[in-house]
Amino acid sequence: MDNMQFDLLALLPELVVLGMAMFILLLDLFILPQNRFMIYGLSQFTLFAAAFFTFKTHTPAVGFAFSHMFIDDTLADVIKMMMYLGTSLILVYTRKYLQDRNLYRGEFYAMVLFGLLGMMIMVSGHNLLTIYIGLELLSLCLYSLVAFDRDNPKASESAMKYFVLGALASGMLLYGMSMLYGMTGSLDVSDIANNIVQQPKSPVLIMGLVFVVAGIAFKFGAVPFQMWVPDVYQGSPTPMTLLIGSVPKLAAYAMTVRLLVQGLHPLALDWQDMLVLMAVLSIIIGNFSAIVQTNLKRMLAYSTISHVGFIMFGMMSANANGFASSFFYISAYVLMSIAGFGIILLLSRQGFEAEEINDLKGLNQRHPWIAFLMLVIMFSMAGIPPTIGFYAKFTVLQAAWQAGFTWQVVLAVLMATIGAFYYLNIVRKMYFDAPEDHTPLTAPVDMRFILSVHALALLGLGLFPEILLSVCGHSLLISLQ
Amino acid sequence: MMQADLTSISWLSLAVWLPVLSGVLVLVLGGDHKATLTRWLALAGSLVSFLVTVPLYTQFDVQDGFFQFEELLPWVPAFNMHYHLGIDGFSMPLVLLTSFTTVIVVLAGWEVITKHVAQYMAAFLIMSGIMIGVFTALDAILYYVFWEAMLIPMFLVIGIWGGPNRVYATIKFFLYTLLGSLLMLVAFIYLYHQTGSFELADYYLLPLSMQAQIYIFIAFFMAFAVKIPMWPVHTWLPDAHVEAPTGGSVVLAAIALKLGGYSFLRFAMPIAPDAAHYFSQAMIALSLIAVVYIALVALVQKDMKKLIAYSSISHMGFVTLGFFMFGQLALEGAMVQMISHGFISSAMFLSVGVLYDRVHSREISAYGGVVNKMPVFAAFAVLFAMANSGLPGTSGFVGEFMVILAAVKFNFWVAFFAATTLIFGAAYTLWMTKRVFFGNVTNHHVAELSDLNKREFLILGILAVLVIGFGVYPEPLTEVMQATSTEFLKHMAISKLPVTGY
Repeated sequence: MDNMQFDLLALLPELVVLGMAMFILLLDLFILPQNRFMIYGLSQFTLFAAAFFTFKTHTPAVGFAFSHMFIDDTLADVIKMMMYLGTSLILVYTRKYLQDRNLYRGEFYAMVLFGLLGMMIMVSGHNLLTIYIGLELLSLCLYSLVAFDRDNPKASESAMKYFVLGALASGMLLYGMSMLYGMTGSLDVSDIANNIVQQPKSPVLIMGLVFVVAGIAFKFGAVPFQMWVPDVYQGSPTPMTLLIGSVPKLAAYAMTVRLLVQGLHPLALDWQDMLVLMAVLSIIIGNFSAIVQTNLKRMLAYSTISHVGFIMFGMMSANANGFASSFFYISAYVLMSIAGFGIILLLSRQGFEAEEINDLKGLNQRHPWIAFLMLVIMFSMAGIPPTIGFYAKFTVLQAAWQAGFTWQVVLAVLMATIGAFYYLNIVRKMYFDAPEDHTPLTAPVDMRFILSVHALALLGLGLFPEILLSVCGHSLLISLQ
Repeated sequence: MMQADLTSISWLSLAVWLPVLSGVLVLVLGGDHKATLTRWLALAGSLVSFLVTVPLYTQFDVQDGFFQFEELLPWVPAFNMHYHLGIDGFSMPLVLLTSFTTVIVVLAGWEVITKHVAQYMAAFLIMSGIMIGVFTALDAILYYVFWEAMLIPMFLVIGIWGGPNRVYATIKFFLYTLLGSLLMLVAFIYLYHQTGSFELADYYLLPLSMQAQIYIFIAFFMAFAVKIPMWPVHTWLPDAHVEAPTGGSVVLAAIALKLGGYSFLRFAMPIAPDAAHYFSQAMIALSLIAVVYIALVALVQKDMKKLIAYSSISHMGFVTLGFFMFGQLALEGAMVQMISHGFISSAMFLSVGVLYDRVHSREISAYGGVVNKMPVFAAFAVLFAMANSGLPGTSGFVGEFMVILAAVKFNFWVAFFAATTLIFGAAYTLWMTKRVFFGNVTNHHVAELSDLNKREFLILGILAVLVIGFGVYPEPLTEVMQATSTEFLKHMAISKLPVTGY
């Protein structure tokens, strides 16, 4: 009985999100459309409550639940806190867009919360099945969210693409997991690690590893599993792009830590090579493809691929320093990408999507402040100090250098220069060109204010990166002990 | 008691952050509809920022060859980075040059800039603070952050207020500089993993194998040579100069180029002294190519700003030449040349700006006989042209002469080629002056010219006084860097190669 109580306590944030998501789904049936703000407010409240309970139940000690299927450690808590923050920002930035397009419905919020629940389970999964269930819950929510705008053929198309390729990737991951289970006789992450050490390396084990890595790479959108990223990013309504492109990367990172580090660390030499290849290819292909894009969302999709390359740069070091640097990079990236898409949402209005790069022309003359925010975001993505993007690149590069990847670091540096070109191109359009469109901005005040604070935080964290750096490094070190 | 109060003030932090703060203030309070207020605010900000750098000179201890006015605070403990500022005899004059030039730039843009006045003034003020940061940072990453951050305002200045081909020029400028800097970052990462710190002092003491030193030197070279710029990576400079507004050109020529020269002294040479000796002949050869070949290129230019840009590259060749002869006279000559070039090139670009504001052309052929309409301006312009070609009695002479003198002792042929600048420099500058200023009035644009107004007279007057002043009495400049250059050469003479037993 005592044991049962403890189980539920470790799960408290998950239970809160689950309960509230179901309550919101129900409540939406009985609520008048003009009172829909209540749903929005309740969703924000849910995130706040989940954050409160995550903080309250946090202990430095590692807690397990449901016979080690669920783990509650510092890393999980920190990632979850970041997820709440990210999701909350997304809800603020998307509200106006959804209202303008008749998508402001309760299902959206319920779906987002269920997706969040899936991510939280992934983060805390200590068993292959738990991780897989979390991943599927997240993926199903994302598939249906992309198709949320039923009358939009482009969105339906990208939902289809996303679903088919995503299902394939899930299949690969599951196949890999089944091989791991077959060879080690366990689904528990720690048991797998122990069993691998005790037996000779077998081809089946390596095959399983390959499939697992492929599944992870798909979720990240790393080359050669990047095909879905540009199409889905461009085709989805911008709020959904924002949902796909930001917070789930944190979940994918947690999944990587659980599977590759805590589970398959004895095979580090094998997965390291795969990550090196994917990291280098992602940086090259992502950056070169981004240069020629005219659609802002598609450009950001390719830039995501190159960011994923940098994230893998940290992971391929296969040590604590490397994974801590990747964690920092992902946190920075999530902040940057939410802000970047937030600007696109801010500039969109009823019947107009600010999707093309040319839509940003002359922004400095129309709205100097928003142009400045976008400038900060773009320079941060390019990795120019004094923004957080610089420290993100710096930490992963120093980790890779420490692990001995000399030429890869030099190559990454060259590619970062190429990457700077397309970010500069956006700054150039905003500052050097004359505006073509003079429609005043209609975004609500709360969105403008929060977006301003958010973008300035990229600058502030760039001047004082210590807080985030130590949070990322510290939480990872505790959890890997 | 008073003395104690003055020394307890963090002058360097003030010098760095006051201009940045005034820039932000100008952005917040100023705007196009209150242009006058914006301008006066910017002027006040730049004057105060200049005044706080004056104590750096008056309280500077010329006997001390090491860092002074040091400030050390923890910044990013996770990577052992510090907020560490300090100046020595090399950086102090450059800090003053920077804060002084900012005042000039604000004045020069006074009524010329009508578009986005607040952003223009703020960009220069912020840039000034950042550049002082580069000159004073003693922590590698702090230095790097300032070094890169400087690109952002410069990118905007050229791009927003620049000429017709500005987009090409500004992106070229940015990417060239960024590529070099990122390789420098790789060198810092290497050094960090060797020492566990980003302290410059630790890097100075770190023994390094020859191979490591060569790689480090090359990485630094990529960053600094682009900035100086040295032949053959100089091609961004003429483009950037031509498209930049007058203020942008002044800052580029007077200060931005000096960042590269200064950084050679601060990083590349003392961290990798053996590689610096190893590459010295190549560096001297590159410098001489810049001095001779670029001077010839300058001779055939049709655009005044391009001509001055090439002349800048040629003059900066003297700086690198002076550095890599490893002699006290050569080193101090190079430093004097940097400061003097700061004044002269500012004055030259401002003179072109004066003409451009009236006629809106930089082509030499668009002018002729300007002296008939603008006698006062022509007097100034001829003075600066003389200084640019190294006439004795102007500051341009001092540095070049010191370097040439040192070169004679070093190697006759080096001295021979270096001395050709006295001919070529005179040729391209005076020929341009002749074509623009003398002869008959060639067209109605020139016929309608009006002479300098009070503001322009003030700016050019101050610069003229400085150019002649340092030409006649360069002692204050050489005095402050004496002790530092002695220490520097002592450091450079000691090999950092690990001692191998026999």
